[in-house]
Amino acid sequence: MALSGMRGLSVFISDVRNCQNKELERARVDKELANIRTKFKNDKGLTPYEKKKYVWKMLYIFMLGYDVDFGHMEAVSLISAPKYAEKQVGYIVTSSLLNENHDFLRLVINTVRNDIIGRNETFQCLALTMVGNIGGKEFSESLAPDVQKLLISNSCRPLVRKKAALCLLRLYRKNPDVVSVDGWADRMSQLLDEREIGVLTAVMSLLVALVANNPDAYWNCVSKCVRVLERLTRSQDIPQEYTYYGIPSPWLQVKTMRVLQYFPAIDDPNIRRSLFEVLQRVLMGTDAVKNINKNNATHAVLFEALALVMHLDAEKDMMAQCVGLLGKFIAVREPNIRYLGLENMTRMLMVSDVQESIKRHQVQIITSLRDPDISIRRRSLDLLYGMCDVTNAKDIVEELLQYLTTADFAIREELALKAAILAEKFAPDLSWYVDVILQLIEKAGDFVSDDIWYRVVQFVTNNDDLQPYAAAKARDFLDKPAVHETMVKVAGYLLGEYSHLLSRRPGCSPKEVFSIIHDKFATVSTPTKAILLSAYIKILLHSQTVDPELQNHVLAVFRKNETYLDAEVQQRASEYYALSRKGPSMVDVMAEMPKFPERQSALLKKAEDTEVDVADTSATKLRLMQLTSTAVVVADQKPANGVHPALTRVPSGQRNIEAPTVPVANGGQSPAPVDFLAIEAAPTHSAPESSPLVGPGDSLALALMDNQASTVQIGLKAEWRGNQGRIVLFLGNKHTAPLLSVKAVILPPRHMQLLTSNVPDTIPPRAQVQCPVEVTNLSPSREIPVLDFCYNNSSAMVSFKLRLPVIMSKFLQGATLAPADYIARWKALMGPPNKLLQEVVRGVKPLPLQEMSDLLGSLHVAIAPGYDPNVNNIVGAATYFSENPTLCLVRIETDPADRTQIRLTVGTPDTSVALELKEYIKERLVDIPSGAAPTSLPGMPSPADDLVGPAASLAGLI
Amino acid sequence: QIQAVFLVSRQGKVRLQKWYTAYPGKDRPKAIREITSIILSRGSRLCNFIEWKDLKVIYKRYASLYFCMCVDADDNELDCLEVIHLFVEVLDRYFGNVCELDLVFNFHKAYYILDEVLLSGELQESSKKSVARVISAQDTMVEKAKETGISHMMSSSSK
Repeated sequence: MALSGMRGLSVFISDVRNCQNKELERARVDKELANIRTKFKNDKGLTPYEKKKYVWKMLYIFMLGYDVDFGHMEAVSLISAPKYAEKQVGYIVTSSLLNENHDFLRLVINTVRNDIIGRNETFQCLALTMVGNIGGKEFSESLAPDVQKLLISNSCRPLVRKKAALCLLRLYRKNPDVVSVDGWADRMSQLLDEREIGVLTAVMSLLVALVANNPDAYWNCVSKCVRVLERLTRSQDIPQEYTYYGIPSPWLQVKTMRVLQYFPAIDDPNIRRSLFEVLQRVLMGTDAVKNINKNNATHAVLFEALALVMHLDAEKDMMAQCVGLLGKFIAVREPNIRYLGLENMTRMLMVSDVQESIKRHQVQIITSLRDPDISIRRRSLDLLYGMCDVTNAKDIVEELLQYLTTADFAIREELALKAAILAEKFAPDLSWYVDVILQLIEKAGDFVSDDIWYRVVQFVTNNDDLQPYAAAKARDFLDKPAVHETMVKVAGYLLGEYSHLLSRRPGCSPKEVFSIIHDKFATVSTPTKAILLSAYIKILLHSQTVDPELQNHVLAVFRKNETYLDAEVQQRASEYYALSRKGPSMVDVMAEMPKFPERQSALLKKAEDTEVDVADTSATKLRLMQLTSTAVVVADQKPANGVHPALTRVPSGQRNIEAPTVPVANGGQSPAPVDFLAIEAAPTHSAPESSPLVGPGDSLALALMDNQASTVQIGLKAEWRGNQGRIVLFLGNKHTAPLLSVKAVILPPRHMQLLTSNVPDTIPPRAQVQCPVEVTNLSPSREIPVLDFCYNNSSAMVSFKLRLPVIMSKFLQGATLAPADYIARWKALMGPPNKLLQEVVRGVKPLPLQEMSDLLGSLHVAIAPGYDPNVNNIVGAATYFSENPTLCLVRIETDPADRTQIRLTVGTPDTSVALELKEYIKERLVDIPSGAAPTSLPGMPSPADDLVGPAASLAGLI
Repeated sequence: QIQAVFLVSRQGKVRLQKWYTAYPGKDRPKAIREITSIILSRGSRLCNFIEWKDLKVIYKRYASLYFCMCVDADDNELDCLEVIHLFVEVLDRYFGNVCELDLVFNFHKAYYILDEVLLSGELQESSKKSVARVISAQDTMVEKAKETGISHMMSSSSK
């Protein structure tokens, strides 16, 4: 048995080896650690030999994967030992045990520097090795000049110089400033004349890093690199020890070719000719050989040469030759070569001309999708994804779908996403696209994200011809056994919208469609239940003749779910129940969803994002960035009903919590797509230039700023109680670059107290920060706080103002009074002094009485129907919360002959509340907030109107 | 650039590990475990490359030991595979028909040798002869430095 040379160490290693199980091993290790700890504590008595032994034991324990959180100092201190034997141990254990950021390293910088600049060559080597392996920024700053000196020195031996070159590489990686470009490029060029292959290899590694960061500075190295390649490929002046299985240093060849790939182009015709001669020789002269190492080495060079040829954009013939070689490689038995063939073909897609010749190998590439090796299957998937276009999309996507059923778990999600993206990008026709996605959901439902099925809904909604087809398909899929929940969602949605188009087909009567969907209801999750409820009411109201049996059934379902545990389902069930009992008059409310505005696919965006995040320079990414979706979304830019679907939310009377991302059941619009529309925000919200103040609707959904670039996303969530509120602003950076100098200041109006938390100065890429704001309402006012938001998006300073939806009605709460009480209070307000404010408002939007009453209700005024004997009048009451709660009475008198004028009366004990509230209601009536149109800024109340109309006659009516 | 090198046995025991990046120390055992479990489960006729997170792992089995190298995704795979083989040949030359036990009991030697083959995550020396010269010079120096009180220390460079 070979021994370590230290008996104690060998014994310990044997002990650990002999442990029967993990527990015993841990016990032995713990015992040893305790022993070492004690020894180190009274280290006066430790001989250098003992110290070395314990430090080695620590490294051994650490290597096994255990935590060693002490004794680092002892290891580091050995570095300062005068003798080589100790110093060596100190350096090597330190560089294995400690991370570059460890504080102890700072303590030895001086010792290390002395070793580097000292005369002892062996010490120099030890120090350079450690710095090269774990040197951090501080080493970089204090040692770089010394290391540079060693590298270019004439007196140092090659051993020191090659270590210096790689050590400098490490320091450069930690801090690129250490190489001042001016003189250094010439130095590098001189270093390339080096005859000693070991030093030259190290220098070439350094050059790769330098050129990768700054090719312009190192132009003078190009010709030298080509000369090095010539020397190597012609086997001139290569010592035997630097050939590897007969090949002149394959590693130096590869590195040199790597350097040349960082220069944008090589223009000098002579250099270019020499280089192509070299490359041609490599391409032609590489044959498969029996010896595996030789074969690997020659192919390492060959693949690097291929990469260089691609980079240089060689003549067509040479490119064709490369594709030919790769085509041969992807069919060989040797798995490494197959893998690399596929990988390099994917890289080759970047070169524009070769796509057609790569397509010729499609069959072989598809075969690789079933290779026994997952590494190869992954490469094949990547390549198929990259080479897909309109001509072969059908074949490739169908192959991917087939593969999906047998694919490994590890690869399925990626596969599903890629299939969906390709289907969307290159669909020859849309019905095929629908087929693909439905199959995808069927085969890999767990891996199909919401984005994928949302996108199908968008396509179907925007293409009338597609609707009956998609509905019929959805129905077929629901018939299959074991339907995935995502399928239930998409099928439920599509059938709710479009099953009436199928009603003449066998098995597709509303009743049948309903029952086939409802079969799944019991087993699906709550969000899906909500979608299904919307589907039911649509099926019911879309059918031309009401089937009483269906109606009873659907109503029973709604009834039953009115007490469902989840608020969303409960609300939908109640609302739909009420709506469906109103019968045919509600058909319009339940009409099909309007067309979606055209937008970039969330999927394609996602694909780009993930690939940008990986910072991968793979060909697929580059291609993806060049290509825009070729799929056609047919959409009217102006939605049919003139109101953007995201903005059709009826101001919600009862709701005190608004979460924009939670779907709100609104007048029967099916919520799921509305929900994700809201995330994308409406175009009217997204143009800060044209409307710097975004009109606060009753709920500000989400705003996307910076126009099409969609850099910033601002969302808001609010909760209200009494005169207090809590808002959380979500500031999201959608960009791949950080937002800098972010400032979000809320300018509070005088009547409000706002406690804002600090917003971080920088929002990292794709991150969201939350900014809670505490609001306290102190006195009545219609003024609205404004969020002043600015940031630097790396190109320019952007700033805009957003009005926050902290509006008066947030502090109103409906009050219900008994009729007698109501009249008594009204009389009391008549005075004296008269606390009733009254105004005849002209230019009111003509609304049916019920709508006006609903509108008042939406402002949180509780309507008291029947209190006013005149049916053309509306009365109600609410409590307004500022510092003290105030009861407010409201009355609107309408004129059936002229719906554009009303008389509005507001009475409260506090006239300032009455004044503000009257103006507030007036604004709503004159300019009904549709959400799409920004509310006009509150105008000053005109006192002249106040006295119009005899107050007495109104009083008489009560 | 080579990010890390490690040797694991067929039982998943780590025999050597060296990191060339600031990969957080506490995550290292986990990374090695994850990679090892993938590699150990792979059949023998498959390729020598796997993809792990955004890195590539180049590995090769020699008898009971797996030599693994984590490299950047765009590094030349075969180049790295032969660096592994070069390292194995150097070990073989030094120990004379190297086996796992040699590396277990002389793990510190393995570290010395690795430091002469790789540096800063790059190949430092491709001449086996040159590496052998440096290592034997080191051994000689350690022997010379032997102190009188520790004469029981066995010569570790008996060859």
